[in-house]
Amino acid sequence: MTRMDSEQQNTWAVETKGLSKFFGHIIALHEVNIKVPYHQLVTIIGPNGAGKSTLMRILSTLSRPSRGQVYVDGLDVGKWGAEIRRRIGYATHQPLLYNDLSVRENLRFFGHMYGVPDLETRIQQLLAKVELLDRQHDTVRTLSRGMQQRLAIARAVLHSPTILLLDEPYAGLDQHATELLTHLLHEWLSSGSTILMTTHDLNWAARISDKVLVLLNGRLVHQTEASALSEKHIRELYRQYAGGGL
Amino acid sequence: MNFWRGITAILRKDVLTELRSKETVSTLSVFALLVVVIFNFAFELRVENAHQIAPGVLWVALAFAGVLAFNRSFLLEREGGCMEGLRLMPMERSVIYVGKLLANILFMLLAEAIILPIFAALFDVPILNAALWMVIVLGTIGFAAAGTLFAAMAVNTRAREVMLPILLFPIAVPVLIASTKSTAQILDGQPLFEIYAWIRLLLAFDVIFIVLALLSFEHVLEE
Repeated sequence: MTRMDSEQQNTWAVETKGLSKFFGHIIALHEVNIKVPYHQLVTIIGPNGAGKSTLMRILSTLSRPSRGQVYVDGLDVGKWGAEIRRRIGYATHQPLLYNDLSVRENLRFFGHMYGVPDLETRIQQLLAKVELLDRQHDTVRTLSRGMQQRLAIARAVLHSPTILLLDEPYAGLDQHATELLTHLLHEWLSSGSTILMTTHDLNWAARISDKVLVLLNGRLVHQTEASALSEKHIRELYRQYAGGGL
Repeated sequence: MNFWRGITAILRKDVLTELRSKETVSTLSVFALLVVVIFNFAFELRVENAHQIAPGVLWVALAFAGVLAFNRSFLLEREGGCMEGLRLMPMERSVIYVGKLLANILFMLLAEAIILPIFAALFDVPILNAALWMVIVLGTIGFAAAGTLFAAMAVNTRAREVMLPILLFPIAVPVLIASTKSTAQILDGQPLFEIYAWIRLLLAFDVIFIVLALLSFEHVLEE
Protein backbone atom coordinates (compact mmCIF):
# COMPACT_ATOMS: atom_id res chain seq x y z
CA MET A 1 0.00 0.00 0.00
CA THR A 2 1.46 3.38 -1.02
CA ARG A 3 1.37 6.54 1.08
CA MET A 4 -1.21 7.93 -1.32
CA ASP A 5 -3.46 4.86 -0.91
CA SER A 6 -3.24 5.08 2.86
CA GLU A 7 -4.15 8.77 2.86
CA GLN A 8 -6.93 8.47 0.31
CA GLN A 9 -10.43 8.91 1.74
CA ASN A 10 -12.70 7.69 -0.99
CA THR A 11 -16.08 8.43 0.53
CA TRP A 12 -16.76 11.50 -1.59
CA ALA A 13 -15.67 12.63 -5.03
CA VAL A 14 -15.22 16.13 -3.64
CA GLU A 15 -15.25 17.15 -0.01
CA THR A 16 -14.44 20.45 1.66
CA LYS A 17 -14.30 21.06 5.40
CA GLY A 18 -14.36 24.64 6.64
CA LEU A 19 -12.93 25.91 3.35
CA SER A 20 -12.19 29.64 3.35
CA LYS A 21 -10.40 31.78 0.81
CA PHE A 22 -9.32 35.37 1.35
CA PHE A 23 -7.97 37.88 -1.16
CA GLY A 24 -6.53 40.50 1.16
CA HIS A 25 -9.48 41.68 3.22
CA ILE A 26 -12.02 40.24 0.77
CA ILE A 27 -13.62 36.98 1.83
CA ALA A 28 -14.21 34.95 -1.33
CA LEU A 29 -15.25 31.77 0.48
CA HIS A 30 -16.25 31.41 4.10
CA GLU A 31 -16.38 28.09 5.95
CA VAL A 32 -17.70 26.14 2.96
CA ASN A 33 -18.53 22.49 3.63
CA ILE A 34 -19.59 20.45 0.63
CA LYS A 35 -19.80 16.77 -0.17
CA VAL A 36 -20.19 15.60 -3.73
CA PRO A 37 -21.06 11.90 -4.08
CA TYR A 38 -19.51 9.80 -6.84
CA HIS A 39 -21.36 9.30 -10.14
CA GLN A 40 -23.62 12.31 -9.68
CA LEU A 41 -24.00 15.63 -11.46
CA VAL A 42 -23.92 18.35 -8.84
CA THR A 43 -24.46 21.98 -9.77
CA ILE A 44 -23.39 25.04 -7.85
CA ILE A 45 -25.50 28.08 -8.54
CA GLY A 46 -25.04 31.62 -7.37
CA PRO A 47 -24.87 35.19 -8.66
CA ASN A 48 -21.66 36.89 -9.87
CA GLY A 49 -19.12 37.17 -7.08
CA ALA A 50 -20.66 34.33 -5.07
CA GLY A 51 -17.35 32.46 -5.04
CA LYS A 52 -18.20 29.71 -7.54
CA SER A 53 -15.13 30.14 -9.73
CA THR A 54 -12.86 30.52 -6.68
CA LEU A 55 -14.19 27.23 -5.36
CA MET A 56 -13.62 25.50 -8.70
CA ARG A 57 -10.08 26.88 -8.94
CA ILE A 58 -9.26 25.51 -5.50
CA LEU A 59 -10.71 22.10 -6.38
CA SER A 60 -8.66 22.02 -9.57
CA THR A 61 -5.45 22.91 -7.63
CA LEU A 62 -5.05 26.22 -9.50
CA SER A 63 -5.50 28.13 -6.26
CA ARG A 64 -4.71 27.28 -2.65
CA PRO A 65 -7.27 27.46 0.14
CA SER A 66 -6.56 30.03 2.87
CA ARG A 67 -8.11 27.77 5.51
CA GLY A 68 -9.82 24.40 5.75
CA GLN A 69 -9.39 21.02 4.15
CA VAL A 70 -10.15 20.06 0.58
CA TYR A 71 -10.24 16.53 -0.82
CA VAL A 72 -10.72 15.58 -4.44
CA ASP A 73 -11.21 11.87 -5.17
CA GLY A 74 -10.18 11.34 -1.55
CA LEU A 75 -6.83 13.14 -1.94
CA ASP A 76 -5.76 16.27 -0.11
CA VAL A 77 -5.27 19.10 -2.65
CA GLY A 78 -2.38 20.51 -0.64
CA LYS A 79 -0.38 17.27 -0.88
CA TRP A 80 -1.40 15.51 -4.07
CA GLY A 81 -1.75 18.27 -6.63
CA ALA A 82 -0.23 16.44 -9.61
CA GLU A 83 -2.17 13.22 -8.91
CA ILE A 84 -5.44 15.15 -8.53
CA ARG A 85 -4.78 16.96 -11.81
CA ARG A 86 -4.43 13.56 -13.48
CA ARG A 87 -7.86 12.53 -12.20
CA ILE A 88 -9.83 15.70 -12.94
CA GLY A 89 -10.91 17.47 -16.08
CA TYR A 90 -11.40 21.22 -15.79
CA ALA A 91 -13.11 23.57 -18.19
CA THR A 92 -13.92 27.19 -17.57
CA HIS A 93 -15.33 30.11 -19.56
CA GLN A 94 -11.76 30.74 -20.78
CA PRO A 95 -10.91 28.09 -23.39
CA LEU A 96 -7.27 27.48 -22.22
CA LEU A 97 -6.32 26.78 -25.83
CA TYR A 98 -3.57 27.99 -28.17
CA ASN A 99 -4.95 30.34 -30.81
CA ASP A 100 -2.13 29.72 -33.30
CA LEU A 101 -2.50 25.94 -33.21
CA SER A 102 -5.19 23.97 -35.00
CA VAL A 103 -7.99 22.14 -33.21
CA ARG A 104 -6.21 18.79 -33.58
CA GLU A 105 -2.77 20.21 -32.66
CA ASN A 106 -4.21 21.61 -29.44
CA LEU A 107 -5.68 18.26 -28.45
CA ARG A 108 -2.48 16.50 -29.51
CA PHE A 109 -0.41 18.79 -27.30
CA PHE A 110 -2.59 18.27 -24.22
CA GLY A 111 -2.85 14.57 -24.99
CA HIS A 112 0.95 14.25 -24.98
CA MET A 113 1.12 16.15 -21.71
CA TYR A 114 -1.40 13.73 -20.15
CA GLY A 115 0.21 10.69 -21.77
CA VAL A 116 -3.07 9.57 -23.37
CA PRO A 117 -2.67 6.15 -25.01
CA ASP A 118 -3.77 5.75 -28.65
CA LEU A 119 -4.06 9.51 -28.81
CA GLU A 120 -5.06 10.00 -32.45
CA THR A 121 -8.03 7.64 -32.11
CA ARG A 122 -9.09 9.35 -28.90
CA ILE A 123 -8.88 12.77 -30.56
CA GLN A 124 -10.92 11.49 -33.51
CA GLN A 125 -13.63 10.18 -31.17
CA LEU A 126 -13.82 13.38 -29.17
CA LEU A 127 -13.89 15.66 -32.20
CA ALA A 128 -16.78 13.62 -33.53
CA LYS A 129 -18.59 13.94 -30.19
CA VAL A 130 -18.22 17.71 -29.99
CA GLU A 131 -18.95 18.00 -33.74
CA LEU A 132 -15.67 19.64 -34.69
CA LEU A 133 -14.27 17.01 -37.06
CA ASP A 134 -14.75 19.25 -40.08
CA ARG A 135 -12.80 22.06 -38.36
CA GLN A 136 -9.96 19.90 -37.01
CA HIS A 137 -7.27 21.53 -39.19
CA ASP A 138 -8.41 25.12 -38.60
CA THR A 139 -6.61 27.25 -36.04
CA VAL A 140 -8.47 27.96 -32.82
CA ARG A 141 -8.36 31.68 -33.64
CA THR A 142 -10.81 31.10 -36.51
CA LEU A 143 -13.40 29.25 -34.38
CA SER A 144 -16.49 30.89 -32.94
CA ARG A 145 -16.83 31.32 -29.19
CA GLY A 146 -19.18 28.37 -28.97
CA MET A 147 -16.85 26.12 -30.99
CA GLN A 148 -13.92 27.09 -28.76
CA GLN A 149 -16.02 26.17 -25.74
CA ARG A 150 -16.84 22.77 -27.24
CA LEU A 151 -13.13 22.22 -27.94
CA ALA A 152 -12.30 23.28 -24.38
CA ILE A 153 -14.66 20.60 -23.10
CA ALA A 154 -13.04 18.03 -25.39
CA ARG A 155 -9.68 19.07 -23.93
CA ALA A 156 -11.02 18.65 -20.40
CA VAL A 157 -12.16 15.07 -21.00
CA LEU A 158 -9.27 14.04 -23.28
CA HIS A 159 -7.57 11.93 -20.58
CA SER A 160 -10.85 10.31 -19.40
CA PRO A 161 -10.91 11.95 -15.95
CA THR A 162 -13.02 10.45 -13.19
CA ILE A 163 -14.16 13.88 -11.95
CA LEU A 164 -15.16 16.75 -14.22
CA LEU A 165 -15.09 20.30 -12.89
CA LEU A 166 -16.94 22.62 -15.25
CA ASP A 167 -17.07 26.33 -14.49
CA GLU A 168 -19.91 27.90 -16.50
CA PRO A 169 -19.62 25.35 -19.32
CA TYR A 170 -22.75 26.65 -21.04
CA ALA A 171 -21.38 30.18 -21.42
CA GLY A 172 -21.33 31.18 -25.08
CA LEU A 173 -23.07 28.05 -26.36
CA ASP A 174 -25.99 28.26 -28.77
CA GLN A 175 -29.13 26.13 -28.40
CA HIS A 176 -27.76 23.20 -30.39
CA ALA A 177 -24.42 23.21 -28.55
CA THR A 178 -26.23 23.47 -25.21
CA GLU A 179 -28.23 20.34 -26.00
CA LEU A 180 -25.09 18.62 -27.26
CA LEU A 181 -23.23 19.38 -24.03
CA THR A 182 -26.15 18.20 -21.90
CA HIS A 183 -26.21 14.96 -23.87
CA LEU A 184 -22.44 14.54 -23.36
CA LEU A 185 -22.70 15.25 -19.64
CA HIS A 186 -25.23 12.46 -19.26
CA GLU A 187 -23.09 10.15 -21.37
CA TRP A 188 -20.06 10.80 -19.15
CA LEU A 189 -22.18 10.34 -16.04
CA SER A 190 -23.45 6.99 -17.24
CA SER A 191 -19.86 5.92 -17.95
CA GLY A 192 -19.02 6.47 -14.27
CA SER A 193 -17.78 10.06 -14.11
CA THR A 194 -18.69 12.56 -11.43
CA ILE A 195 -19.50 16.10 -12.55
CA LEU A 196 -19.38 19.27 -10.50
CA MET A 197 -20.55 22.28 -12.46
CA THR A 198 -21.30 25.93 -11.86
CA THR A 199 -23.98 27.87 -13.69
CA HIS A 200 -26.22 30.91 -13.49
CA ASP A 201 -29.01 29.05 -15.17
CA LEU A 202 -31.57 27.90 -12.64
CA ASN A 203 -33.67 25.98 -15.13
CA TRP A 204 -30.75 23.93 -16.42
CA ALA A 205 -29.51 23.29 -12.91
CA ALA A 206 -32.87 21.93 -11.85
CA ARG A 207 -33.34 19.92 -15.05
CA ILE A 208 -30.04 18.16 -15.43
CA SER A 209 -28.53 17.86 -11.93
CA ASP A 210 -28.85 15.30 -9.18
CA LYS A 211 -28.07 17.84 -6.51
CA VAL A 212 -27.94 21.64 -6.36
CA LEU A 213 -25.79 23.77 -4.06
CA VAL A 214 -26.49 27.48 -3.62
CA LEU A 215 -23.48 29.70 -2.98
CA LEU A 216 -24.02 33.33 -1.95
CA ASN A 217 -21.40 35.83 -0.83
CA GLY A 218 -18.88 33.03 -0.38
CA ARG A 219 -21.17 30.97 1.85
CA LEU A 220 -22.94 27.75 1.07
CA VAL A 221 -26.47 28.69 2.01
CA HIS A 222 -28.47 25.78 0.72
CA GLN A 223 -28.11 22.30 -0.72
CA THR A 224 -30.88 20.09 -1.95
CA GLU A 225 -31.74 17.26 -4.30
CA ALA A 226 -32.58 18.75 -7.68
CA SER A 227 -35.87 16.84 -7.73
CA ALA A 228 -36.96 18.75 -4.63
CA LEU A 229 -36.09 22.09 -6.14
CA SER A 230 -38.40 24.68 -7.57
CA GLU A 231 -37.30 27.84 -9.32
CA LYS A 232 -39.50 29.86 -6.97
CA HIS A 233 -37.66 28.31 -4.04
CA ILE A 234 -34.23 29.33 -5.37
CA ARG A 235 -35.37 32.84 -6.23
CA GLU A 236 -36.59 33.20 -2.68
CA LEU A 237 -33.19 32.07 -1.43
CA TYR A 238 -31.46 34.63 -3.64
CA ARG A 239 -33.69 37.40 -2.38
CA GLN A 240 -33.18 36.33 1.19
CA TYR A 241 -29.41 36.15 1.12
CA ALA A 242 -28.32 38.49 -1.63
CA GLY A 243 -31.16 40.95 -1.83
CA GLY A 244 -31.32 40.49 -5.61
CA GLY A 245 -32.09 38.15 -8.43
CA LEU A 246 -30.00 36.35 -10.97
CA MET B 1 9.24 9.60 -18.11
CA ASN B 2 6.46 12.13 -17.46
CA PHE B 3 9.12 14.81 -17.06
CA TRP B 4 10.67 14.34 -20.50
CA ARG B 5 7.33 13.72 -22.19
CA GLY B 6 6.07 17.06 -20.88
CA ILE B 7 9.25 18.90 -21.86
CA THR B 8 9.22 17.59 -25.42
CA ALA B 9 5.50 18.38 -25.76
CA ILE B 10 6.04 21.99 -24.65
CA LEU B 11 9.12 22.42 -26.84
CA ARG B 12 7.34 20.94 -29.86
CA LYS B 13 4.30 23.16 -29.24
CA ASP B 14 6.44 26.32 -28.99
CA VAL B 15 8.37 25.43 -32.16
CA LEU B 16 5.10 24.75 -34.01
CA THR B 17 3.64 28.06 -32.81
CA GLU B 18 6.81 29.85 -33.96
CA LEU B 19 6.77 28.13 -37.36
CA ARG B 20 3.21 29.32 -37.76
CA SER B 21 3.58 32.88 -36.49
CA LYS B 22 7.30 33.47 -37.31
CA GLU B 23 7.28 36.27 -34.78
CA THR B 24 9.88 35.49 -32.13
CA VAL B 25 13.00 34.70 -34.17
CA SER B 26 12.33 37.45 -36.71
CA THR B 27 11.66 40.08 -34.00
CA LEU B 28 14.74 39.01 -32.08
CA SER B 29 16.97 39.09 -35.14
CA VAL B 30 15.75 42.44 -36.43
CA PHE B 31 16.01 44.07 -33.01
CA ALA B 32 19.53 42.75 -32.36
CA LEU B 33 20.64 43.76 -35.85
CA LEU B 34 19.34 47.28 -35.30
CA VAL B 35 21.33 47.56 -32.07
CA VAL B 36 24.48 46.28 -33.76
CA VAL B 37 24.08 48.67 -36.71
CA ILE B 38 23.34 51.67 -34.47
CA PHE B 39 26.41 50.99 -32.33
CA ASN B 40 28.49 50.48 -35.45
CA PHE B 41 27.70 54.00 -36.64
CA ALA B 42 27.66 55.58 -33.18
CA PHE B 43 31.24 54.57 -32.35
CA GLU B 44 32.74 55.59 -35.70
CA LEU B 45 34.67 52.35 -35.70
CA ARG B 46 38.24 52.07 -36.81
CA VAL B 47 39.98 48.76 -37.36
CA GLU B 48 42.19 49.23 -34.30
CA ASN B 49 39.35 49.72 -31.80
CA ALA B 50 36.73 47.39 -33.29
CA HIS B 51 37.88 44.37 -31.25
CA GLN B 52 37.55 46.33 -28.01
CA ILE B 53 34.00 47.49 -28.69
CA ALA B 54 32.54 44.55 -30.62
CA PRO B 55 32.08 42.08 -27.69
CA GLY B 56 30.15 44.64 -25.63
CA VAL B 57 27.96 45.58 -28.59
CA LEU B 58 27.23 41.94 -29.36
CA TRP B 59 26.16 41.06 -25.83
CA VAL B 60 24.14 44.26 -25.35
CA ALA B 61 22.26 43.41 -28.55
CA LEU B 62 21.72 39.79 -27.51
CA ALA B 63 20.64 40.75 -24.00
CA PHE B 64 18.05 43.29 -25.15
CA ALA B 65 16.76 40.95 -27.84
CA GLY B 66 16.61 38.10 -25.31
CA VAL B 67 14.31 40.15 -23.08
CA LEU B 68 11.88 40.46 -25.99
CA ALA B 69 11.95 36.71 -26.53
CA PHE B 70 11.39 35.83 -22.86
CA ASN B 71 8.51 38.29 -22.54
CA ARG B 72 6.86 36.94 -25.66
CA SER B 73 7.33 33.35 -24.58
CA PHE B 74 5.03 33.82 -21.57
CA LEU B 75 2.68 36.35 -23.15
CA LEU B 76 1.69 33.59 -25.57
CA GLU B 77 0.79 31.44 -22.58
CA ARG B 78 -1.34 34.22 -21.09
CA GLU B 79 -3.47 34.50 -24.21
CA GLY B 80 -6.65 32.47 -23.77
CA GLY B 81 -5.56 31.42 -20.29
CA CYS B 82 -3.09 28.86 -21.65
CA MET B 83 -0.82 29.20 -18.62
CA GLU B 84 -3.68 27.82 -16.52
CA GLY B 85 -4.00 25.01 -19.04
CA LEU B 86 -0.32 24.20 -18.46
CA ARG B 87 -0.70 24.46 -14.68
CA LEU B 88 -3.48 21.86 -14.89
CA MET B 89 -1.13 19.26 -16.34
CA PRO B 90 -0.45 16.29 -14.05
CA MET B 91 3.29 16.81 -13.68
CA GLU B 92 5.81 18.84 -11.74
CA ARG B 93 5.65 22.48 -12.77
CA SER B 94 9.40 22.53 -13.36
CA VAL B 95 8.52 20.68 -16.60
CA ILE B 96 6.99 23.94 -17.85
CA TYR B 97 10.19 25.80 -16.97
CA VAL B 98 12.49 23.37 -18.79
CA GLY B 99 10.23 23.24 -21.85
CA LYS B 100 10.06 27.03 -22.09
CA LEU B 101 13.80 27.36 -21.38
CA LEU B 102 14.73 24.99 -24.21
CA ALA B 103 12.42 26.84 -26.61
CA ASN B 104 13.93 30.20 -25.59
CA ILE B 105 17.48 28.90 -26.02
CA LEU B 106 16.61 27.47 -29.42
CA PHE B 107 15.04 30.73 -30.63
CA MET B 108 17.95 32.80 -29.32
CA LEU B 109 20.52 30.55 -30.99
CA LEU B 110 18.64 30.75 -34.28
CA ALA B 111 18.57 34.55 -34.04
CA GLU B 112 22.29 34.57 -33.16
CA ALA B 113 23.06 32.48 -36.23
CA ILE B 114 21.39 35.19 -38.30
CA ILE B 115 22.98 38.15 -36.48
CA LEU B 116 26.56 36.96 -36.15
CA PRO B 117 27.59 36.98 -39.84
CA ILE B 118 26.32 40.56 -40.19
CA PHE B 119 27.98 41.51 -36.91
CA ALA B 120 31.24 39.99 -38.21
CA ALA B 121 31.00 41.99 -41.42
CA LEU B 122 30.24 45.28 -39.67
CA PHE B 123 32.92 44.98 -36.99
CA ASP B 124 35.43 43.06 -39.07
CA VAL B 125 35.83 40.27 -36.54
CA PRO B 126 36.29 36.53 -37.22
CA ILE B 127 33.38 34.38 -36.05
CA LEU B 128 34.41 30.98 -37.39
CA ASN B 129 35.88 30.02 -34.06
CA ALA B 130 34.70 27.08 -31.94
CA ALA B 131 35.65 28.81 -28.68
CA LEU B 132 33.57 31.86 -29.60
CA TRP B 133 30.52 29.71 -30.34
CA MET B 134 31.02 27.81 -27.08
CA VAL B 135 30.95 31.12 -25.17
CA ILE B 136 27.88 32.27 -27.09
CA VAL B 137 26.04 29.02 -26.33
CA LEU B 138 27.01 29.06 -22.63
CA GLY B 139 26.15 32.75 -22.28
CA THR B 140 22.81 32.21 -24.02
CA ILE B 141 21.95 29.28 -21.73
CA GLY B 142 22.75 31.27 -18.58
CA PHE B 143 20.91 34.38 -19.72
CA ALA B 144 17.89 32.35 -20.87
CA ALA B 145 17.85 30.35 -17.62
CA ALA B 146 17.43 33.52 -15.58
CA GLY B 147 15.27 35.22 -18.22
CA THR B 148 12.76 32.38 -18.44
CA LEU B 149 12.32 32.31 -14.67
CA PHE B 150 11.84 36.08 -14.35
CA ALA B 151 9.56 36.24 -17.40
CA ALA B 152 7.24 33.76 -15.67
CA MET B 153 7.22 36.08 -12.63
CA ALA B 154 6.79 39.29 -14.61
CA VAL B 155 4.03 38.08 -16.91
CA ASN B 156 1.41 38.39 -14.18
CA THR B 157 2.40 41.93 -13.24
CA ARG B 158 0.78 44.98 -14.79
CA ALA B 159 4.02 46.59 -16.05
CA ARG B 160 5.40 43.28 -17.34
CA GLU B 161 7.46 44.72 -20.22
CA VAL B 162 9.30 47.04 -17.83
CA MET B 163 9.39 44.58 -14.96
CA LEU B 164 11.34 41.85 -16.76
CA PRO B 165 14.53 43.86 -17.54
CA ILE B 166 14.43 45.42 -14.06
CA LEU B 167 14.33 41.97 -12.47
CA LEU B 168 16.60 40.21 -14.93
CA PHE B 169 19.58 42.47 -15.65
CA PRO B 170 20.93 42.81 -12.09
CA ILE B 171 20.82 39.01 -11.67
CA ALA B 172 22.23 38.29 -15.13
CA VAL B 173 25.18 40.70 -14.76
CA PRO B 174 27.70 37.91 -13.96
CA VAL B 175 26.71 35.99 -17.09
CA LEU B 176 26.89 39.09 -19.27
CA ILE B 177 30.29 40.13 -17.85
CA ALA B 178 31.75 36.64 -18.25
CA SER B 179 30.37 36.36 -21.78
CA THR B 180 31.65 39.78 -22.83
CA LYS B 181 35.10 39.30 -21.30
CA SER B 182 35.62 35.87 -22.78
CA THR B 183 34.32 37.02 -26.19
CA ALA B 184 36.80 39.92 -26.09
CA GLN B 185 39.70 37.61 -25.26
CA ILE B 186 38.75 35.17 -28.02
CA LEU B 187 38.52 37.99 -30.57
CA ASP B 188 41.93 39.21 -29.37
CA GLY B 189 43.29 35.81 -30.32
CA GLN B 190 44.21 34.73 -26.80
CA PRO B 191 44.65 30.97 -26.26
CA LEU B 192 41.85 28.92 -24.73
CA PHE B 193 43.56 28.39 -21.37
CA GLU B 194 43.58 32.19 -20.90
CA ILE B 195 39.81 32.33 -20.97
CA TYR B 196 39.29 29.10 -19.07
CA ALA B 197 38.40 30.95 -15.85
CA TRP B 198 35.60 32.88 -17.58
CA ILE B 199 34.22 29.74 -19.15
CA ARG B 200 34.19 27.98 -15.78
CA LEU B 201 32.33 30.96 -14.35
CA LEU B 202 29.79 30.80 -17.18
CA LEU B 203 29.31 27.08 -16.63
CA ALA B 204 28.85 27.62 -12.90
CA PHE B 205 26.24 30.34 -13.44
CA ASP B 206 24.37 28.20 -15.97
CA VAL B 207 24.12 25.36 -13.46
CA ILE B 208 23.23 27.65 -10.53
CA PHE B 209 20.49 29.50 -12.44
CA ILE B 210 18.93 26.31 -13.78
CA VAL B 211 18.96 24.54 -10.40
CA LEU B 212 17.52 27.58 -8.59
CA ALA B 213 14.83 27.97 -11.22
CA LEU B 214 13.88 24.28 -11.01
CA LEU B 215 13.58 24.55 -7.24
CA SER B 216 11.57 27.75 -7.25
CA PHE B 217 9.36 27.48 -10.33
CA GLU B 218 6.50 25.73 -8.48
CA HIS B 219 6.22 28.81 -6.23
CA VAL B 220 6.64 31.25 -9.12
CA LEU B 221 3.53 29.80 -10.76
CA GLU B 222 1.47 29.90 -7.58
CA GLU B 223 -1.40 32.34 -7.61
